Amino acid sequence: MQDFPEFISFKCGIYIEVFVKWLLDNFMGFFDVLNEGVLMFLLKAEAFLLWLPWWCLVLLVFLLGWRFRNLRAGILYAFLLSLIGVFGLWQLTMSTLAIVLTSVVISLLLGIPVGILMSHHAKLEVVIKPILDAMQTMPSFVYLIPAIMFFGLGMVPAVFATVIYALPPVIRLTNLGIKNVPKEMVEASYSFGSSSWQTLLKVQLPQALPTIMTGINQTTMMALSMVVVASMIGAKGLGYEVLAGISRIEIARAFDAGLSIVILAVIIDRISQGIADKYKIPEQ
Amino acid sequence: MTEFRKELPISIKYRNNECKKKDNLIEWVYRMTVKIKVENLTKIFGRNPKAVLKKLKSGESKEKIFRETGNTVGVNNVSFEVSEGEFFVIMGLSGSGKSTLIRCLNLLNIPSAGQIYVDGANIVQYNKKALGEFRQKKVAMVFQHFGLFTHRTIIGNVEYGPEIRGIPKEERREIAKKNLAAVGLEGWEDKYPNELSGGMRQRVGLARAFANDPDILLMDEPFSALDPLIRRDMQLEMLDIHAKLGKTIVFITHDVNEAFKLGDRVAVMKDGAIEQIGTPEEILTNPANEYIANFVQDVDKTKVLHAGNIMIKPGALISLKDGPKVAIKEMRNNGISSVFVVDNARKLQGIVTIDDAVKALKEQQKLQDILIKDYDTTTPDTYVQDLIQVASTTKYPIAVVDEQDKLLGIIVRVSVLSALT
Repeated sequence: MQDFPEFISFKCGIYIEVFVKWLLDNFMGFFDVLNEGVLMFLLKAEAFLLWLPWWCLVLLVFLLGWRFRNLRAGILYAFLLSLIGVFGLWQLTMSTLAIVLTSVVISLLLGIPVGILMSHHAKLEVVIKPILDAMQTMPSFVYLIPAIMFFGLGMVPAVFATVIYALPPVIRLTNLGIKNVPKEMVEASYSFGSSSWQTLLKVQLPQALPTIMTGINQTTMMALSMVVVASMIGAKGLGYEVLAGISRIEIARAFDAGLSIVILAVIIDRISQGIADKYKIPEQ
Repeated sequence: MTEFRKELPISIKYRNNECKKKDNLIEWVYRMTVKIKVENLTKIFGRNPKAVLKKLKSGESKEKIFRETGNTVGVNNVSFEVSEGEFFVIMGLSGSGKSTLIRCLNLLNIPSAGQIYVDGANIVQYNKKALGEFRQKKVAMVFQHFGLFTHRTIIGNVEYGPEIRGIPKEERREIAKKNLAAVGLEGWEDKYPNELSGGMRQRVGLARAFANDPDILLMDEPFSALDPLIRRDMQLEMLDIHAKLGKTIVFITHDVNEAFKLGDRVAVMKDGAIEQIGTPEEILTNPANEYIANFVQDVDKTKVLHAGNIMIKPGALISLKDGPKVAIKEMRNNGISSVFVVDNARKLQGIVTIDDAVKALKEQQKLQDILIKDYDTTTPDTYVQDLIQVASTTKYPIAVVDEQDKLLGIIVRVSVLSALT
């Protein structure tokens, strides 16, 4: 076997490191503001979820399950959610939920506009697509360290890492949804003298809504799957419980927390999919 | 199907040709104003239209340009005029550029070169605002696959145009309801497009286009996706609507029979260029080239040609003053067995057969006494289709007369039958 010639050597990581340091030196103020803002939202969300009596949330899940799927599903989801309380993990679950919620909200605020822009500009798509690939495949630990450098330990870098991982689906599916609107329908809109905005708001977005809903569902699922990783940089919640269980070889503790994450995922997935189905436009 | 029929009283009342006749009456009045004027229009799809334009000017072929540059020439140097109130049909096979051309007329496709004047204004130079206004007020489009908004109700679709124009909610509901009623879709307001059949969906498309009360209607193969029976109904209805509202219509089709049935004038396109423009009769009787002759080969000529197209000058004519002797001589000289008799003003008086004339000569009768009156007459703008029945039963040639009963020509049976093939 031949080794790759050593004299052809170039390492790009070093430049990223320099860039990160440069950002730290020059834009710390910006990151502080960002940190404050996200943290405030996070704490408000967490406080609200913890203020909410447990049966209130169970009732809400029951009603949503009933409305968007069926009565049996509603009862099942309510029962599963109560199970988390039975495990004694209610507070931790609310912390996790707060992180997931914050990450999803930020992802949507960023992702939907980017997806719309991408669908309208072919050149932008060429640039963004590989970035999205990188965001989804780059091992999250790689950007966790810079995240800590920017935001310190705690929930905010966790949200940052979660957003990076969860953002691509909503961008991709928004782009896809808008691109898949039949050409004649868009032409029809323009032929009546609609502006680009009117066409976007009155035709393209409503038509793409089911696909975008699927994107939101995927983004939420991805955000949930980052919970354990996020706990490694100090985000409390179910993920931390799993981590602690593993590190102390307490199988029972890890399992309870792990099961709770699964339950949370199932409930959120089924309900959001139910909502997405409600928005489905019947085929011609 | 039954509910459609109910909606069609007028179109059934008008037979196809009666509609046409009405058009012809107003035609010459409308001919005076040009509604759309297209000058040297070219549309090129691709990265470098300017370079391709140069190549086109130097006479390179579409195929060669595509091979060398990857650019597609959609429309190549097309010029034509459409008069106000005209039903103008653009016909061509798929890939001939007809859809590209019609999309230039409301600038869904921006022309690469050339000018388009509507009511004298050059729409190619319109800015965004002027273009928006032009699309909102002057022109509407109907699509092959309907282009309905599937997330909106039927009435939501129809009121889209008024909505974009900023008409208040109550008012646009009224407009939409009226237009839906006009295409016979009352009671379907709150349904969704997927709940309707193909024919009904295209009616919604029509109602939606009419909701803005445009001067010009662009129709891109609107009936191609419908099954034949519905298509025929829609065609008749379209003629009816055109006769009633007098809109300028530009209509795209790949179907020759449809084109000739509907069009006041027809433009035949091939490879992005117009090969011939003319009335259906002109194209049929005088095709510009081999391609068009081939194209129109399987047209049912009897539905396009009029009596005026196939009549011939009578070989012999005799006057009332003439006696049987003259009649016999004329018939012998021309080798015919009957001859029409006219008065001084060429007014048709009757027909005389050779047998009667010979008998009259022997019995010293006058021409007046042997005049036969039970011949068939027709007007020059009657379709040949409607003469077939007459031609197959009559013993004499059919006389073509004008309103004053003046003889214009005669139609012999064989020419009716030859139009059939």
